[in-house]
Amino acid sequence: MLLFVVTAITFLIFFGVPRLGGATADDLASRYVGKTATGQQIHQTAERLGFTDPLYEQYGRFIKGLFVGADYDTGVNKDHCPAPCFGYSFITRNPVLPDLLDRLPVTLSLASGAAVLWLLGGVATGVVSALKRGSIFDRLSMGVALAGVSLPIFFTGLLSLSIFSYALGWTPPGGTNPVEQDNPLDWASALILPWITLALLYAAQYARLTRAGMLETMEEDFIRTARAKGLRERTVVVKHGLRSALTPILTIFGLDLGLLLGGAILTETTYSLPGIGQYAVLAITNQDLPKVLGVTLVGAIFIILANLIVDLLYAVVDPRVRKA
Amino acid sequence: MTDETTSSLEDDYLSAADALPVPDEPPGDGPFLDVSDLRVHFPTDDGVVKSVDGLSFQLERGKTLGIVGESGSGKSVTSLSIMGLHKEGTARISGEILLNGQNLIGMSREKRRGLRGKNMAMIFQDPLSAMHPYYTVGNQIIEAYRIHHNVSKAVARKHAIDLLDRVGIPNPKSRVDDYPHQFSGGMRQRAMIAMALSCDPELLIADEPTTALDVTVQAQILDLIRDLQEEFNSAVIIITHDLGVVAELADDILVMYAGRCVEYGTADDIFREPQHPYTWGLLGSMPRLDRARSERLLPIKGTPPSLINVPSGCPFHPRCSFARLTGGASETEVPELRDVGEGHQIACHLSTDDRMRLWTTEIKPNL
Repeated sequence: MLLFVVTAITFLIFFGVPRLGGATADDLASRYVGKTATGQQIHQTAERLGFTDPLYEQYGRFIKGLFVGADYDTGVNKDHCPAPCFGYSFITRNPVLPDLLDRLPVTLSLASGAAVLWLLGGVATGVVSALKRGSIFDRLSMGVALAGVSLPIFFTGLLSLSIFSYALGWTPPGGTNPVEQDNPLDWASALILPWITLALLYAAQYARLTRAGMLETMEEDFIRTARAKGLRERTVVVKHGLRSALTPILTIFGLDLGLLLGGAILTETTYSLPGIGQYAVLAITNQDLPKVLGVTLVGAIFIILANLIVDLLYAVVDPRVRKA
Repeated sequence: MTDETTSSLEDDYLSAADALPVPDEPPGDGPFLDVSDLRVHFPTDDGVVKSVDGLSFQLERGKTLGIVGESGSGKSVTSLSIMGLHKEGTARISGEILLNGQNLIGMSREKRRGLRGKNMAMIFQDPLSAMHPYYTVGNQIIEAYRIHHNVSKAVARKHAIDLLDRVGIPNPKSRVDDYPHQFSGGMRQRAMIAMALSCDPELLIADEPTTALDVTVQAQILDLIRDLQEEFNSAVIIITHDLGVVAELADDILVMYAGRCVEYGTADDIFREPQHPYTWGLLGSMPRLDRARSERLLPIKGTPPSLINVPSGCPFHPRCSFARLTGGASETEVPELRDVGEGHQIACHLSTDDRMRLWTTEIKPNL
C-alpha cells in the first residue's frame, strides 16, 4: 500500500508538477532526444515514452509493469521487460532493475557496516557518559557528539579523504571492491572511511540518546532492586539498565536504517562508491524518471522492511508487547 | 564551613572503621543488628540535607521493628543506608551499623555486596516498578539466588518454584515463567517477597510493603511476612507511615521525626501509653471504625520540616501544641532520648507530670 502511495507521489511530482507549470508533453520529451532533434522527432519520442497519455494511464502502465512485466519500445528495438519491471531508463535505455540490483550490494555493505559501527560506538559512548556523568569523558564525548551531528558528510567525508587517502595514503581514495572478494580486508579497507564518516553522523545522535536513556533508567526502582540482590555493578548496568534503555533506541534505529539511503547518497557521492545513492544522484540530475522511481521504490521497501524488523525485535526485547 | 562539617564527618567515618577491625564474631555476641548514632547527610547546593541525624536502635533475630513517621522523616534513608544502596558520593554516612558484629559502614564495597541479598534483603514499596519488566518473575528470583549460590539454573529454578509456592502463588510451576505485568499487585508483592527470601536472609527490611496494595491484600501480605519470619527466624524491619501495619506486626516501634528518633518502645508502649506529642498526633490522625463519623480526625497541623533548616531545639516544636509548656526549652534545646519506662524512651522536654496530665485528660479520651 505504502509502495503505491510512494510511487504515485513520485509520479505526480515528476509529471504532474511540470504540467501544472505549463510544460507540454513535448517539452518533457525534449530532454530525452538529441539537441538537434526536430519538433517531429520530439513528438515521436513523447508518444513513445507515453508522455502524451493521461497521467493515470502512465501510472497504470508502470504498476502493471511491476506485476506482469511490460513491453517497451526503446526506439531502436522492442524489448520485453519481465515482472517486476521497474521500467526503462529514458536515457540509457537499459532496464532499471538490473542496474539497481548491481548496485545494491555496495549500498548494503556501506549501510550495514556503518550501522554496526554507529550502534556499537554510540551506545557504548552513551553508557559510559551516563555512568560517569559530568566527567571529562562525558563532556568530551558529548562535545564530539554535538560536532558529529552538526558536521555534514560532504565536509567530514572530504576532510577524511584528504587526510587518510591523499596525505597518508592509508586507504584508496574511492571506489569499492566487491563483497565476494577472496580477501575481505580489501572490501573493508575501501569502505572503512565511508563507514566511519556515515557512522559518525549517527553515532553522535545515538550516544546522546543512550546517555539520556541510561540516566533515566538507572534511577528506576528495579535498578535499586537489582543492587539490593547483591548483583555486580556491571551486571546491574548492562543486564538491567541497558536492556531497558535500548528499547527507544531500537525504534530510532529502525527509522534510521530505513532512511539511511539519504545518508548513503551523500556518502556514496563523496567517496565515489557505485551504490544506489550515487545512482539516484545521477538519475535526478538527468531527470531520468524510471530510475528515480526505481530508487524511490527500493528506498520505500528499505523503510518498510526496517520497520517490520524493528516491530518484530520489539516483541523480543519487551515481553509486554508480545501478548498485547 | 561546609568543608569543616565534611571533614569532621569523614573523621567519624574513619575512626569508626578503624576502631573496629571487624572480627567475624560469632552471632549472639551483642545484638544482631546494632545501629548507633547513624547519620546520613546529603550535601546539596542549598545546604546539607540531614536525612538521618543520630539514630540508634537494636534488633534481635526473630523480632520485628517498626519504623514509623511521615514522609521525609528519614525512614527509607535509614533502610537504604543499612543495605548500602545510597549512591556513592552523594550521601555522607557516619556512625555504626553492626550486623552480627560486623560494621557495615566502612566495609569494602565488594564485601558489602556479598552481604546484600544474602544476609540482608529488602522488599520495596511498589512491586511493579521494583521488578524488571523485561525478565520473568522466575528469572529474577533465579538471578537473586544464583548470585550467592553456585548452583545450576535448573536447581535455582526449582528453588524459585518452591519459593513462589511458599509465598502463596497458585500454580507456581507455570507462573514462574510469567512476567511481572502478568501478576496482580498482591501477587507481585508476594513474588517480590519470594525474591527477597531466596537466600534466607537474616535481616529483612520491608519498606512500605503494603502501601501500593488493596486493603484486603495488605492483610494477607502482612500475615505472610509474619509467617515467614517465624519460619526463617529473621530479624525484620518494617518501614511504614501506617500505624495499622506496625500494630499488626511489630514487637518494637521506633517513631521518627526529622531524621531522629522521638519515641521508642514496645508496640504495647506505643499504642497504650504513648508519651510523645508527635506519637499522639500520629495516633490521632488514624481513622477508626469504632468512632462516630461526626468526630473529626485530629491531624497534626503543619508540614514536616525542611531537613536543610531543621527547626532549632526540638524539631517538632513548631507543630507541637504543648511546646509552650516547656518554658522555652523546646525552642532552644534539642531534647535527648530519655527513659520513661522499661525500654521505653522519648525525646521530649515535657515534664512527666505534664505528659501524664495531658495524656489522661486531653489525648486519651479523644483517641
